[in-house]
Parts: sequence; C-alpha cells; structure tokens
Amino acid sequence: MATDKFVGTTRKVTAHLTQNENLSFEKSSPGKKGYKLAPLDVPEVEASALLDGAVRADVGALPELSEIEIIRHFTRLSTWNYAIDLGMYPLGSCTMKYNPRVNEFVSRLEGIAEAHPYQPESLSQGALGVVKLLQDCLIEITGMDAITLQPAAGAHGEFTGILLARAYHQSKGNARKHVIIPDSAHGTNPATAASCGYQVINLKSNAQGGVDVAALAQMVNEDTAALMLTNPSTIGVFENEIHKIADVLHDKGALLYMDGANMNALVGKTRPGDFGVDVMHLNLHKTFSTPHGGGGPGSGPVACKKILEPFLPSPVLAQGADGLLHWNYDRPESVGRVRMLYGNFGMFVRALAYILANGPDGLRQTTEDAVLNANYIRAKLQDVYELPYNTPSMHEVVFSDKRQTKNGVKTGDIAKRLIDYGFHPYTTSFPLIVPGALMIEPTESESREELDLFVDAMRQIAREVDENPEVVITAPHSTRISRLDETTAARKPVLRWKAPAASTPVEVDTPAKEW
Amino acid sequence: MRYLPKSDAERAEMLREIGASSIDDLFVTVPEEYRLTRDLKVPRQMGESEIVEHFKATAALNANGYSSFLGAGAYRHYRPVVIDSLVQRGEFLTSYTPYQAEITQGTLQAIFEFQTMICELTGMDIANASMYDGSTGAAEAVMMAVRITGRDGVLVARTVHPEYREVMHTYAQHQGHDAREVGYIAEGQPGAGRIDLAALEQAVTDQTACVLVQSPNFFGVMEDIPAIADIAHKKGALLIVSIAEAVSLGIVRPPVEADIVSMEAQSYGVALSYGGPYCGVLAAKEKYLRQMPGRLVGETKDTEGRRGFVLTLSTREQHIRREKATSNICTNQALVALMTTIFLTVYGKEGMRELALQNLAKAKYAADTLSAQGKLLFAKTPRFHEFVLETDEAPEALNARLLEKKIIGGLSLSKWYPELGNATLWCATELMTRAQIDAAAAAVAAALVSAAAR
Repeated sequence: MATDKFVGTTRKVTAHLTQNENLSFEKSSPGKKGYKLAPLDVPEVEASALLDGAVRADVGALPELSEIEIIRHFTRLSTWNYAIDLGMYPLGSCTMKYNPRVNEFVSRLEGIAEAHPYQPESLSQGALGVVKLLQDCLIEITGMDAITLQPAAGAHGEFTGILLARAYHQSKGNARKHVIIPDSAHGTNPATAASCGYQVINLKSNAQGGVDVAALAQMVNEDTAALMLTNPSTIGVFENEIHKIADVLHDKGALLYMDGANMNALVGKTRPGDFGVDVMHLNLHKTFSTPHGGGGPGSGPVACKKILEPFLPSPVLAQGADGLLHWNYDRPESVGRVRMLYGNFGMFVRALAYILANGPDGLRQTTEDAVLNANYIRAKLQDVYELPYNTPSMHEVVFSDKRQTKNGVKTGDIAKRLIDYGFHPYTTSFPLIVPGALMIEPTESESREELDLFVDAMRQIAREVDENPEVVITAPHSTRISRLDETTAARKPVLRWKAPAASTPVEVDTPAKEW
Repeated sequence: MRYLPKSDAERAEMLREIGASSIDDLFVTVPEEYRLTRDLKVPRQMGESEIVEHFKATAALNANGYSSFLGAGAYRHYRPVVIDSLVQRGEFLTSYTPYQAEITQGTLQAIFEFQTMICELTGMDIANASMYDGSTGAAEAVMMAVRITGRDGVLVARTVHPEYREVMHTYAQHQGHDAREVGYIAEGQPGAGRIDLAALEQAVTDQTACVLVQSPNFFGVMEDIPAIADIAHKKGALLIVSIAEAVSLGIVRPPVEADIVSMEAQSYGVALSYGGPYCGVLAAKEKYLRQMPGRLVGETKDTEGRRGFVLTLSTREQHIRREKATSNICTNQALVALMTTIFLTVYGKEGMRELALQNLAKAKYAADTLSAQGKLLFAKTPRFHEFVLETDEAPEALNARLLEKKIIGGLSLSKWYPELGNATLWCATELMTRAQIDAAAAAVAAALVSAAAR
C-alpha cells in the first residue's frame, strides 16, 4: 500500500478510485452516433459535382460514440486532473487564483457569445462597451495612457509591446539594436526580443536578485531599444530602485518595458505608469481571474504611454461625437495587426466581470491578501527551506533545495512529493538565478486553513528528506500513474494515435491476483 | 469581498505571526512616492445580481434576433450542449498547463486525441496542441517554413483572409522576409476567384521559402491544391495551406500535398464571441517536427509500464531555448482545443461528413436563390459554403435595407477588394433555414425593384 510509504500523514487527501478510460478512438465502433442534425430543408446536393471531384471518401479515424459515452469519456478524463477548484495551486509566476463562475455565466449570454465580429458596429455597441470599460479600468489600474486588447496571450503581448518600442525608435530614425533582459526573466522575454529582430543582452542580477543599476548604466547606450523588466521580479521582490532604472534608460532614449506577469502584487497599491514604465503587458488569465483552462486561452493587453499610442495595433477603439463606439482603422503609424479581429473578447468579458465584482476596495484587498499569504508561507517555512535572497517578498516566495540536496533530494522531487499530500507542485527550477528553486505563489484565494495544510505538507516533506529520502525521490506514490519516461517521449515521439493492424486481438489481462 | 477567504481577524493574526504590525509593512519596498494612497477609479464593487444585469444590458445592445449571413473567417455552427457542460467542469476549466503529468492526465489525453483528430482531418502526420488562432498560426507557419528552407521569400495569395495577411506582414517585417502577394483569376475566366497559377509560377524562385494559400479561400472558393503544390515544390518551396473553415474538411479532399497546414478550428463548436477566443492549430509533415512551434503532447510509459501522456520536445520552446526558440509562444488555447475535441467526438466520422454536406447544400440553395437578382461572382469555380454576390446597389445601402428586416446581409468586400465593385461575401451554414434564405432573397429583390423603379 502506498500509504505505508508515508513518514508524515496527509491531512488533506484520501485516495479514492478513479475510472479507467481508453482513448476515444479505442472505444469507437462503427454506426454509433452522438449527434442528430435537423433534416435538410433545401434540395440535397451532389458533393462531387459541386467540388469538381475534390471530395474525400472518408474523414479518417474520428470516433463513433453515443452521447452518454462521450459524457463519461470526458468526465472520466477530467477526474485525472488537479485544479484550483480542488485546492491550492501554488505555481509561482502563474497566479492560479479562483476563477469566478459568474464570469463564465455572463460570457455565455446569447447576445455576447453569439456576437459575430463583423456584425455592424451599430449592432455591436454592447461588445464595444465591454472593450471600452475594460480598457478604461486597465489604464487606470496600470497608470498608463493608452491600451490595446488585441494580443492573445502574455508572450503575444510582449511581442506587441516590443514592436511598439521598435516603431517608436524607428520613427526617430533608428530602430536601435538590442534589448536588455535580466537573467531572472521568463524565457518568453528573450524569445520575444529575438522575434522582433533585436539582439538580446543578458543583465546579471545583483546580490539581492534585483537589477544591478550600475551594471545596467554601463550597458545602456544609443543602441538600446528597451529593458524588459519583470516587477516584482521572478523572485517576488519589488525593484526598489525602479526610478533609477527608468532614469538610466530614459537618459539614453531607451524605453522601460514591464512584463506584467506579477501584477497581482501591485494592483491598487502602486501603478507602473507612475514609476516610469513606458509599455507593459497584462495577463488577464493571471491577474484578472480568467481561467487557465489547462494551458489557455489567455489574453495579453498592452498598455503604454502617450508617446507610443500612435503605433498601437490597428484597429483601436474610438468614440464618435454621437457617443457611438467604433473601430478606427485609420492608423498610418500602427505596427499593424498582431491578431485577426479584436482579441480574445470572451476573456475581456470575464476580466471585466472580475473587476466589477471587486471594485477599488476589493482589488486592493486582493493584492494585500496575495502578499500576506506569500509572506505567511515564507515565515512558516524559512527555518526548513533555504531562502537564497533575504529581500522582502511580495506575492511569491522563492526557496532553494540547498539543504535537501545534501540528502540527494532535489526541488523536482519535493514538488512530486507534494502531489501525495494533495497539492499541485510549486514552480520548480525557475528562476534560473536560483539553483534548485522552489517558487511558491499562493495567491489571495487561499484560506488560512489551506495555507496551514500546505505548510504542514512542506514541513513533513522536509522531515521525510531527513528520515526517508527514498520516499521523496520516488514520489508520487498515490497517483494513477507514476513518473513518466520523458526521455523516450522526446527521443521516439508518438504524437498521435494510430489504428492497430486490423487482425490484432485485444489482449485480456485480468489482474486476478489482488481480488 | 466574497472571493477572499479570510476574516479581518484572521488577517490580523497572520500579520502578527509574520511579525508585521500592519499590511503596509509588507509593501515597504515600494518607494513611498509611488504608493497609491487613493482608491482606483474603477466602478464600485457590485453584487452578483448587478453584474449579471450589467452584462444582460450589454448583450441587449448587440444584435439579437437577426438572421446573419456573415462568415469571413468566423462561422456560426451549432454547438452541441455537451461541450459547454463538459468544459465547465472545474478540473478542465481551472487546471494549469499540464507540466505535472501525474495529475493532469485528463488534459494531456484530451490534447493527444485533439492532435490525432487534426492529423486525420488535415492529412498531415503531426499536429501541435494549438495556437492562438488561424491568423497567428499562419504567420507562425511562414516563419517555420523560413527556418526549414533557409530562404526568405514568402508568397501569399491575395485570396487568403485579408486580416491573416495583415498579421503575417506584421510578423514578417522584422524577420527580414521578402513577402509578396499573388493575385487571383478575374471574373469570367476559367478558375475565377482562385490564385492565379501563371502569376504564381512566375513569382516562385529558388529563394522562395513558401507559398501560403487558403482553401476554401476568402471568397469561399476551393483552391487547386495539387496544382499549387506542384509549382511550389518544383522550386523547392514549401506549401502552407491555411484553412479558415474547418467544417469543410468533412467533405473536401484534405490538402495532403501541403507541407504545413494552419487551421482555425473555431467552427468546431467554439462560440463566435465577437472574435475570440478561437483555436488555431498547426499540422505538418513529420520531417518538420523539430521546427514546429508550440506545445506538443506525446505518448509514453510510466515506471510501471502504464501508458501516459506528457508535454514533449520542449527543447524547441522558449522556456528552454530562450532567444533561440522556434517561437516566443507559451500559452496555447487548451480549453478551446478541448471544445473542438468534444465537438469532433460528438459528430464523429459520419457526422462530420453529414454536417459538411448540409453546409454545401444550404450554401448552394442560398447562392442560387440570392443570385436570382444579383450576379454570383466566380460562379463556376467550386466553393464550400460562402459566395460573392455582386449587386447594382452599394453594399451599405443594400445591407441597411436588409437590417430593417432583421437580416444581416453579406460582408462588403470593398475595403479589401475595391476592384470587385459592389461585392458582398455571404455565408450559409447548416443553421440557416430555407425560410431565412427566402426572406433574404425577397428583401434583396425588393431593394432591386425599388432601385429600378427610381
């Protein structure tokens, strides 16, 4: 029994059965149907004649299943996932907060969900009103002057923001050559700068994990387009010399780009526009509660100062003298479109519903609770896990596995062991400036009881590392499957199901030994 | 605040345990001059009933109760209710990217099924776990082709969705690509509405990385994929086929000659939602795997030999390769990809065909009926469920008249194709009824009669 392996006790979880479920293709049998179309009320057509012979005989191996089987199939799969709805999801820099259900409800109202993007603007005033109000709120929250909601995700926002910087420099006659990025940054930052045609210059963090202002000053010159800065940084620390950083850049005509991944530490307490940021992106799927959905969709609005406004992607929202809202496509200096249509509108609706549910007081309290929770975890764990930087934490805290590696246990092992205690792992091995990082962001959505369970689990794992490290190294022990062979997955990729050869009989292997 | 699970007493106690005298102690690193000491100017906190009322009022300001003939890259198909029921399960909705495979097998297996279905439908060997949408997917496909071939010439058909082309140009301009457009065959000639093959043949050189076409194209017309592939491949260029109307694949021969297929899968059960979120996906020949951007799910085994799924080949991606990554993309459209997976599971092998046939039939009836009073452009070229109507009357005047009958007519093409005159792009899916089509035809006819009477 897996529970024998516990040194500690799991107060949060009890093992229970989950259903087995094959791939939908393996459950399929010809002739079963999960659909019924309305009868055709126009004359039938001959496809081959209409398509000049370019028809397919067969759509391939799509499954054939009835509705109840489909419901069970996906419901069973769902039970194999961990989720915020099940408990704390302390992934650092991912801001896994509660996703309010009213957001889902209002985004599905018929006039919203069924709105066609090309329907006349006179019949889209509701949708445009959502864009307007959300833009106004986000401009106020960030302290910036203008905004585009077009980018589809955070990295897409970065791309848009750096394009704005490039267009700005170009308008002054020189697009400049490089973008400076701290070594603590997310991988998307350097990838973005490269995709905008810039060289990436790496900035080494100082002893506190922050920007080394003196080193930055030496680096910045007339070829510098921008610094891409995450603030608070990926170790959860506010760059308290932010005004000096902005000055160093602005003195040379360079811009300050802020990666807004950690905006959950700032909303209602301070505004990037006030502390010198020229352009930034937000992640509506982090700070503004739209669901992560297993990896997306996201939404990555980009806010900027007035000097960058002429370059925003086309179209931008405008209001006529008659009060009617419309899209303005007459933008000669625009960087162009970064996405078709207007962005992930369904996410705008959800984010706006979140802002309305909070109001100014709720937004501020949310930020305070997020910071309080991170500091609570820090205080309760710093005697058992190494704190590589002693600087005050904002919304997340980064430990290292330095003490645990002495027993051969790494951050990834501790993370996997957390699963046995009923938690999703924290972010492992990031940021890169902390070897063996444990990056923990509880968000505001955790009660004290849940935080205490987490602290308890982390402390018990620390004890296990001392008393029985093997149990940690081989974790998880309670999941449907154990650790997966990622090496083979990458070396011999199997990226799709293929029908087995026709005559292969299905192997029946009943595990009678245990029953 | 109802989303925050703490009482003030608990907050005070936690602060005490941390050793802070007030919450502001935790914000001391924010320089004083930048601390916000006032309330944000956003609307006051609302009750849930007020939020619902706010958005109901919002929804009422949009088109309601109209029959709409709009398509143009965003299609209204029936969305089986099981889709919304299943994707609202918290285990799918509120889960993160499945990096921790042991506790995200549900998402991983569903994506593996998605990748498989996309391969089956497109005729490609591999498919990724989704892209933002069809427009950015097409742009990423072009960059992928540039990496694969080491060439920088890009040829794009003018029959590709105009907004896709705009996005592609935005991406290409800083990559040093030489992107050019290739025109289409004019009305009245054989193959009207398709990419001009003679012009394409002239334009392709040994510096051409790829040819990007869309089929069905923006006019709803099917491109001759084998002929285009021949022209591209003769010069060693790759063929990228963009598919904006994924339902077409239920009946249309898949673009097996393509090297990369970039698809917008919104038609598979995803709400129009005023333009997003939708679901892009890239599929390709297996040999291009290492240049594929975005997340990929692969099958493998656990330590006890049981089948499981993991995110794989991440050395292509930004979180490992940083500035040398294949793309800066991180987020995908996982939940939307799940919606499309459920849609395809519901319709299945037979249903996809039946659905596509119904679309074909509705559009044929609509084109025949509506063109009785106008002129159907590119009439002899095969098409799926969209068609271009040329009228004597300007599109704005025509559509204004139709709106009075609660009909949203075809999309004016004048902004993108001024050479087509008074042309509108119409779409009829399986949801369009014969009565709605007849009513629209009557309204168009009335407009013509009144114009003639003047």
